[in-house]
Amino acid sequence: MKKLFLAAFSLFIFTTAFSQSEIKTLFNLPSVDIKNVKGEPFNTKSIANNGKPVIITFWATWCKPCMKEHDAISDVYADWIKETGVKMYAVSIDNSRSSKSVLPLVNGKGWDFEVLLDENGEFKRAMNVNVPPHTFIVNGKGEVVWQHVGYLEGDEAEYLEIVKKALKAK
Amino acid sequence: MKRNIFVKLLLILALLPVFGFSQDILSGGKVTGNIQVDAQYYSEDSKLGISDSSLNYKKFGMNGFANFIYSNGDFTAGMRLEGFMNPMLGFDPRYEGFGVPYWFAKYKVGTLEMTAGHFYEQFGSGLVLRSWEEWTLGYDNNIYGFNAHFSPIKGVMLKGLVGTQRYFWEPYENSNRGIVRGLDGDFFLNDMFEGLAESKTKIDLGGSFVSRYEKVPNKTFSRDSAYIVINELGDTSEWNQRTTYQYNLPYNVGSWAARANIANGGFNFYVEYAQKGNDPNATNNYIYKKGSAIYSTLSYSTKGLGLFLATKWIDNMSYKSKLTESGNPPMLDINYLPAITKEHPYSLATVYPYATKQNGEFGLQWQIAYNLAKNSTLGGKYGTNITINYSLARSIRKDQVSAGIPVDSTGTDGYKTKFFSIGDLPYYEDFNIMLEKKFNTKVKAKLAYYNQTYNKNVIEDDIFDDINIVHAKIAVLDLTYKFDAKNSLRTELQGLFTKEDDGDWAALMLEYNVSPTWFFSVQDEFNYGNPVSDKQIHYYNLSFGYNEGSNRFSVRYGRQREGLLCVGGVCRYVPASTGLTFTLTSSF
Repeated sequence: MKKLFLAAFSLFIFTTAFSQSEIKTLFNLPSVDIKNVKGEPFNTKSIANNGKPVIITFWATWCKPCMKEHDAISDVYADWIKETGVKMYAVSIDNSRSSKSVLPLVNGKGWDFEVLLDENGEFKRAMNVNVPPHTFIVNGKGEVVWQHVGYLEGDEAEYLEIVKKALKAK
Repeated sequence: MKRNIFVKLLLILALLPVFGFSQDILSGGKVTGNIQVDAQYYSEDSKLGISDSSLNYKKFGMNGFANFIYSNGDFTAGMRLEGFMNPMLGFDPRYEGFGVPYWFAKYKVGTLEMTAGHFYEQFGSGLVLRSWEEWTLGYDNNIYGFNAHFSPIKGVMLKGLVGTQRYFWEPYENSNRGIVRGLDGDFFLNDMFEGLAESKTKIDLGGSFVSRYEKVPNKTFSRDSAYIVINELGDTSEWNQRTTYQYNLPYNVGSWAARANIANGGFNFYVEYAQKGNDPNATNNYIYKKGSAIYSTLSYSTKGLGLFLATKWIDNMSYKSKLTESGNPPMLDINYLPAITKEHPYSLATVYPYATKQNGEFGLQWQIAYNLAKNSTLGGKYGTNITINYSLARSIRKDQVSAGIPVDSTGTDGYKTKFFSIGDLPYYEDFNIMLEKKFNTKVKAKLAYYNQTYNKNVIEDDIFDDINIVHAKIAVLDLTYKFDAKNSLRTELQGLFTKEDDGDWAALMLEYNVSPTWFFSVQDEFNYGNPVSDKQIHYYNLSFGYNEGSNRFSVRYGRQREGLLCVGGVCRYVPASTGLTFTLTSSF
């Protein structure tokens, strides 16, 4: 009886640990009305990618690590799409001082991401973002499965790994 | 048999986590949140003139908040706890305390969304209404009341709100500040009319109306024959010729704005015009003049090229929910007047920052962003980015209302001005260029040059003259070297050159990163050109940071340079300090 209990207990520990190392749902994407980069209304529930994973980054034109993060991803973005079909939404939290310069900046930089404008931080607050850059990975069901604060050179490699895991977990 | 059930139960228990983790624990409801704690321990530093008594014996400062959001289907509720014990240096001592300055409950039924409690809102670009918060500035003008969003048909969004604004920890009671009411509508014509759905030209029109009710104080003022206001002590030579007047203060101050956004292909044009009724207040020196503002942007972009032009003109547009409120930190702002200059990411380029002058300002900005394509002659293997930016802020023309009455005299109409008039006094000018290039898989570089003109008296002290203007040239080289996929070294070399103010500066920063977990950096900003030799100080800093998913912990030891910290055109004065800073942030 004791042995059986021990066996079940160790199985309990094992399954707990196992389920933690796998991708798990943190929360569902909230529904917030913001704008797309052209200034048209956009609800965050429509962030989607035909059942494939999505990367969401919070950034601003004045945020140094954010620009580095986007430049680094921009270099490998085409390869990522080929490999995983991932799609990235870059949510600018620039306020009305600089939000109108986001579209020409994104084009000038030649970035291919979907860009959204969150001028008054509504989406930022709903996602509990303190400071940019803050990156989320969403699975094909609209569930946030991973988040990361800050950007250090090379971090994008981890994003790709998580995206691949999210693809497998489906 | 009994034993068998027991085994099954154990097995279910053992496997429960596998199923359990994929489901929400609170049957459909979910709690998320974030926490940030900043703590500083201050040391005495004779070089900066900091002693225990100059710190008021507040050796330790701590600012922290925790946000919690509960969501379940169409229902959301949330709150933010804040604690300032004591407020860190540079934050107003009136923030001292612990409490819940922000909580809300929100429900969505169809296309109607109702919020009760505290909320943030923005109408258009914010010229007549914007409530927002910025933790690093200690800025929060949330509205406490009701807010509704309603979309009766596709393409139309209506908003209505009523409430009172946050003032440190002071609750709203006995009409101690005004009540804010507002209505706003957005009309996306291409969504509203089927005939326009396919049109290449996209048009969005909008309008707002905002009003403030305030139980006005019974206020008088005295002035002499030269229109100089005399305080109670009667400190001007003409005091015996003074006359005392009763202010005629309005209980209700209204404002409205109209806006349009027109897009076609790569072009985008935005304009918003706002007006405000007569609103004598402590910020505008109690003049009866009406206010107005216009903000407009034009951009053209196509892949690889972005052009941007913005102009604005502001005339007497300070709008607060209490007429006697002024100064720093800015509190009870109903509207937001964006600064038109560019915000820079490098430290020496922000020594001389700009913030909007609400009582009158003309501003202009243009920017060109160009991407030299990959594998082109000039672009090289990885492409090259060039950004050129220019911005300017000047006074507006202010003419006397009649001969003998100086401009901005209390209790008069203040001044006369023509729409979009440009004055003679420069406030700020900034020309800057940035080049970004990736040389190979290991080396990336950014090179930037800034040429700034800063009217110190106007920007820092609201003294409108041109006798203290700083001309500064700044150069920055930012190099990243990647050793392998995880290890990299970043260096920043900066120089600021000026003959005025504190003279020349040099800065060096080395940052070693191990992705995705930790970083270590050393930094020194050296004011080697300060005309006062005792002030040729090294502002050194050592920092260490650790990231683990959405948790981040960092420690910094060193000196903080005195200056203005600006976010979104609102600035906070940060005094010089020396000490140890801990920051912990976490989201869940």
